[in-house]
Amino acid sequence: MVSTLVAQAPEATVLSDELRAAIDREIARFPEPRGALLAALRLVQDELGCIAPPTARAVAEIFGLHPAEVLEVLSFYNLFHTEPQGRHEVRVCTNLACSLRGARTLLRELEEHLGIRAGQTTPDGRVTLGHEECLGACGYAPMLRIGDRYHEELDGPAARALVDGLP
Amino acid sequence: MGQTAPHVCGYLTERFSDDAFGSFAGYREAGGYETARHALNRMTPEEVIAVVKSSGLQGRGGASFPAGLKWSFMPTDDEGPSYLVCNADESEPGSFKDRLLMERGPHQLLEGLLIAAWAVGAETTFLYVRGEYAEAASVLARAIGEARAKGVLGPRALGSDFGHDVVLVRGAGAYICGEETGLLESLEGKKGQPRRKPPYPAQRGAFGRPTTVNNVETFCHVPHILKNGADWFRGIGTEQSPGTLLFGVSGHVVRPGLYELPLGTRLDEILFEYAGGVPGGRRVKGVIPGGISTPILPAGLLDVRMANEFLRERHTLLGTGGIMVMDETTCMVRVGCIASGFFRDESCGQCTQCREGTGWLDQLLHRLERGDGSDGDLALLGDVADKMEGGTICSFADAAAWPVQGLLRHFGDEFAGHVSARGCPLDQSFAL
Repeated sequence: MVSTLVAQAPEATVLSDELRAAIDREIARFPEPRGALLAALRLVQDELGCIAPPTARAVAEIFGLHPAEVLEVLSFYNLFHTEPQGRHEVRVCTNLACSLRGARTLLRELEEHLGIRAGQTTPDGRVTLGHEECLGACGYAPMLRIGDRYHEELDGPAARALVDGLP
Repeated sequence: MGQTAPHVCGYLTERFSDDAFGSFAGYREAGGYETARHALNRMTPEEVIAVVKSSGLQGRGGASFPAGLKWSFMPTDDEGPSYLVCNADESEPGSFKDRLLMERGPHQLLEGLLIAAWAVGAETTFLYVRGEYAEAASVLARAIGEARAKGVLGPRALGSDFGHDVVLVRGAGAYICGEETGLLESLEGKKGQPRRKPPYPAQRGAFGRPTTVNNVETFCHVPHILKNGADWFRGIGTEQSPGTLLFGVSGHVVRPGLYELPLGTRLDEILFEYAGGVPGGRRVKGVIPGGISTPILPAGLLDVRMANEFLRERHTLLGTGGIMVMDETTCMVRVGCIASGFFRDESCGQCTQCREGTGWLDQLLHRLERGDGSDGDLALLGDVADKMEGGTICSFADAAAWPVQGLLRHFGDEFAGHVSARGCPLDQSFAL
């Protein structure tokens, strides 16, 4: 269990001075420090790739929280990861508007093309494939995002070409 | 980054295809921020609230609550800080209007926020943007920076005695944070589990202080109402539901996308005349009128005006105006599976009937879809949905039950057909 791991992580990760400073700047934007917890987790994940248990412990120390309180937040939100992801996150929207226009077939094609199932990462660590709930692009379906970037009005060949073009 | 110009524009979106609209200079050149300048320097907060109240503006985030009335709930005798919160956590499946309003018109939104902040006496606005909306967040961050540099925001906003700042906050992926008290919890760095009400946010909102929460589109209407007057606004739309709405049309239509149209426009007109009807000469089978939470309408009931007073007569709601169209090939049990899978994943888990009920709905629907369902399962499906309604801390459980109830009301025979045929009889349907 991840929660056990957080509580038992022997030492907190040492965060860089730059990261600490960026977190302090976030804290200054809120009336109460804890308001910056999501922003801090995002900063940490952007720099380290994921928020592993020792890292969650380090964040807990900054905010004066129990590590379990950080885990509770971490596990509530879909965009936080406790394990490393591939260099590129490819997330196909599979909610209704996209599915009506073939999103689930498209996801299956990408699974076959990459030789992995949704939720897995290619053995070379290049791509993590997944599905996601509505990304707010229903009028331009089907679509996927690669990291922060949206790619809309796709079909199988276009989606495969996008994934093949990822370094 | 995607197609951003709506197919039909109104006052909110008429300059969306003009890149200058997104920049501070371009917005100012066309008279932008002059309405806010007038409000902050020449109008009292009470006067602003009175105009918004008499305009009849209703919230565009799904609940259609009167905006001016909500603003008037803020205490006027409170000494400490109070806050305005912009709910930009758009995540209702079928809805994509707020993303475009932020990406293409950030200053229109900021002007609306500034006027609202003055009206409710908020020293700070927290603009809470859905975590996945990276492009919108970056556009807004730039716009806020420009507005600060030009004195639109700051200790003397637009030359007035009113000090105001906008703090951009990003979510991290949770549908429930679109519920206003779930959002407030998230803003405080916690899980987004909705709060019991009362106290309402106007009494005890963000960080324990009086707070007003409204949706992105709601704020975007405000400068236009102040500039043109309440009567102008009431002249658009219906008597009970004035103004335009940014309808999002998706699914099986020839021209999916955004359409800014007066409230009260007929659904069949939007579908067939504006969006070009169903492709491939196929017939329409059903339409979800306002995002996945709103009950479906079958083909025979599409001659309805898109405003709550008319939609309620047909057992459905306007929601966020996210219109999802399904053609004759569509398996309605699969539609139910997608809705229930979504709500099962996104339930925050604090109320039993929601946490357990969403799981039950999802299991029963998938069993029916596979052809393993019985008549008893079908009866249980309706029973579970009915028992989820009305007994929870927030309306998420209702939102999960309504689509199932709508499907059973209008497509009950098709559900029974999945039991008797021991599987899906619709071999052309979209894949699950």
